[in-house]
Amino acid sequence: MEIAAAKALGAGIACIGMGTAGIGLGHIFGNYLAAAVRNPAAADGQFGRLIFGFAVTEALGIFSLLIALLLLFT
Amino acid sequence: MYDPIHQFRIEPIVPIVVGGHNFSFTNSSLFMVLTVVAAVTFLLVPTRSRAVVPGRWQSAAEVTYEFVEKTLRDSAGSEGMRFFPFVFSLFMFILVANLWGMFPYFYTVTSQVIITAALAIAVILTVLVYGFRKNGLHFFKLFVPGGVPKAILPFVVAIEVLSFISRPISLSIRLFANVLAGHITLKVFAGFIVLLGSAGVLGVLGAVLPLLATVALTALEFLVAALQAYVFAILTSLYLNDAIHPGH
Repeated sequence: MEIAAAKALGAGIACIGMGTAGIGLGHIFGNYLAAAVRNPAAADGQFGRLIFGFAVTEALGIFSLLIALLLLFT
Repeated sequence: MYDPIHQFRIEPIVPIVVGGHNFSFTNSSLFMVLTVVAAVTFLLVPTRSRAVVPGRWQSAAEVTYEFVEKTLRDSAGSEGMRFFPFVFSLFMFILVANLWGMFPYFYTVTSQVIITAALAIAVILTVLVYGFRKNGLHFFKLFVPGGVPKAILPFVVAIEVLSFISRPISLSIRLFANVLAGHITLKVFAGFIVLLGSAGVLGVLGAVLPLLATVALTALEFLVAALQAYVFAILTSLYLNDAIHPGH
């Protein structure tokens, strides 16, 4: 297989990881929203934890995006 | 020329080469200086009058200050407040650097991994040095969570050590990759406008869609610029909390 074609395929495959990170982010924000609707008074106190979970989960998706970008542009 | 990563090229403005090493004043250095100047101006000039009833700019500076203070106090406790200057400097530097990058043709300092890696290494070295100075060898308790059965303790310790080692990596790569990916996406969508617009009347009509997408993405990028600065600050506070209170 040609190197360029293999790189493009690899970049596409790497982007699957972003989708899975998206599932994780959906879980985090969905559960936060469900809990916030049940107990709105406690919602603001958990905002920091929400952002922490978001950051840690998002990092994994960003890693796979990085691999895709490295394959495409270097 | 259609090249979405051209914007990240570092070009020397004042070439300085000393003994074979390149110390040139580049566009990256220029925007770091601009970042510091803008942050210092934003914080010092409006608060100089020390009005009891703050004006618009003074409230903006005070709200920023109190926001970071609350973030740090909530996650690292009152003892963590000794690191407030450090965390606040990091927050302001990243926030202002990200916002400078939102102007067209401006260089984004935080899109280079070497800059974010230097910031992350500064954070982790602070955690390590302060953790060992304050707690001595008790700092290793960080890797041994309480209440774990003996049989699986080695695995848990291995995972904790690995997660500690990956902290500087994820801290630096998160910031740089978010900024890089956002700016590349903006340029790619802007490129669609040009490509469609050069394809006749129908193309110009179709180019409205990527134009709207670019406007929406620009708004999103402003959100990401502020959010990533906040995420960096809150993670720094949590890691400092580990150094101050290593027992789980």
